[in-house]
Amino acid sequence: MSATETRTAPSTGIEPAPLHAPNKRWTRFILPGFTWLMIVYLTLPIFVMILYSFNDIQVTPPRQTPRFQGFTLHWWRDLFGVAGLSQALKTSLMIAPLSALAATGLGTLIGLALGRYRFRGKAPINFVIFLAIAVPEIVLGSSLLSMFVLAQAPPIGFTTILLSHIGFSIAFVAVTVRARVQGLDRSLEDAAQDLFANPMTTFIKVTLPLIAPAILAGFLLAFVLSLDDFVITNFVSGTESTFPVWVYGATRIGLPPQVNVMGTLLFSAGLFFAVLNVIVQRRRARP
Amino acid sequence: MATEALTAQDASAGPPTRGRSYAGRRRRAPLWLMMPGGVYLLIFLIVPMGLLVYTSLQSGGAFSGRFYFDWDFANYTDQIVQYKTQLIRSVSYSVIVTIACLLLAYPMTYWIAFYGGRWKSSILLLILLPFFVSFVIRTVQWRFLLGDDGIIFGPLKDLGLLPDSFRVLATPVAVVAGITYNFLPFTALPLYVALERIDKSLVEAAKDLYSSRWKAFRHVVWPLSLPGVFAAFLLTFVPATGDYVNAAILGGPGTTMIGNIIQEKFLRELNYPEAAALSVILMVAMLILASIYARILGTEDDTLTTAL
Repeated sequence: MSATETRTAPSTGIEPAPLHAPNKRWTRFILPGFTWLMIVYLTLPIFVMILYSFNDIQVTPPRQTPRFQGFTLHWWRDLFGVAGLSQALKTSLMIAPLSALAATGLGTLIGLALGRYRFRGKAPINFVIFLAIAVPEIVLGSSLLSMFVLAQAPPIGFTTILLSHIGFSIAFVAVTVRARVQGLDRSLEDAAQDLFANPMTTFIKVTLPLIAPAILAGFLLAFVLSLDDFVITNFVSGTESTFPVWVYGATRIGLPPQVNVMGTLLFSAGLFFAVLNVIVQRRRARP
Repeated sequence: MATEALTAQDASAGPPTRGRSYAGRRRRAPLWLMMPGGVYLLIFLIVPMGLLVYTSLQSGGAFSGRFYFDWDFANYTDQIVQYKTQLIRSVSYSVIVTIACLLLAYPMTYWIAFYGGRWKSSILLLILLPFFVSFVIRTVQWRFLLGDDGIIFGPLKDLGLLPDSFRVLATPVAVVAGITYNFLPFTALPLYVALERIDKSLVEAAKDLYSSRWKAFRHVVWPLSLPGVFAAFLLTFVPATGDYVNAAILGGPGTTMIGNIIQEKFLRELNYPEAAALSVILMVAMLILASIYARILGTEDDTLTTAL
């Protein structure tokens, strides 16, 4: 790109004799060292969360204290000891699969259309998808609340949360599927059609298995997004609470340690699927 | 609009022969595929944004609880004047956050993309781990970490290394650090995708032409990673400006951001028009930046999302 400029490099006095000599200086440790430090920084709160799920708190009602007071399994045994929290987690775990399922259906179709076909109106739709991902959550949340307030229906609560979650998840599923469809080898489908498979058969027997990993990834992404969402949910939830909304509300009066236990469990489930994904990908990459 | 145009074209084609009908079906296929999701996005994304603008131009008594539409542009001017401090504060926090995120994420993603080898995806996974814990819970953990008597400062104060009055919580530092932490993955992902895509042989070529490591980076890697930098900026800057969770959990009375005001007005004061006006300001800022991005890189560019 700017090879003409770089050709003057030797004049700077750097001895270029052995090309691509490995960096032997101590500076070679800077980048990896920095990266590992960053990873420690990023995962630090997770460790704190897990550690404090074992915090032996003596006060009643039990609220997290800044200091670690000793080890106990009590909160793990008494996981559902806080009624409001358990109810909120239940709501979250009901909304997440429903939202993910609907968003995966709708998003997959959009992803197929965008990845496969050229049609008029494609650019605006791409822009809408892009916008759905990039728009600040607070704007989306307040927009949805404005609409529900003006329409005076449906009643603010479970339904509005579900409808909103589907809305913001569709775009994520669509781009995940779109990327996979674009990378697809079209000759496989052509081959199927050459062998007299009708379009439906071709889709079910050839296309669908090929894009299945992306659909699954989209589903899991939509699931996690729904489970995690606080900002939009807080706007459209009214008196209903999801897990993150309940936790936010409880920060004012202090968190019961069960929050850490549930957080740890959800984290472990996420970790399990992520590791599984890496293993599957690695196995597939192997010749 | 595309639907009408294409069906009209099909109708004019006359009675379809076998081949034609197949071609027609193929042409209509994307529209049928788009329809359900497109309609959903229209109702739950585009229409609400329009109604947000509509709400922002309403006026009415906060006492009666009833609002009516009368092009009340004063909502905007009033809000901007009244919350000037919070607006300026939000933008300045966000500028610092965006710069910090880019400075922290770039070297890290560069190393993973260029030297990660077969461990690339595993290391990336480690970076995304915090994502699996709810945003709110992560932020609360920082409150424990940064607390006046918390895990980090408590022992330091016991040892007398820090004065007892030392505090980070409820200061701008805590809020900026919190937002930086929470938005780091949004910065890292597009950067990683852009850097990962760079053909490593280009760097080799630069070195073959006697370019130093630094010059190879400056003239080859950096320009090619710019789409990722733009995408990272887009995903970090405006959302960080609108953030209110960090200010609410880690901040104090002196760190109120515009998001806190919007939230307060929408959910507690139930003053929808004023809250909507502030929200529209953020929305317009986002639309402008997103349009610039789309103009430069095109809407098909998936640097934003591939890593997901």
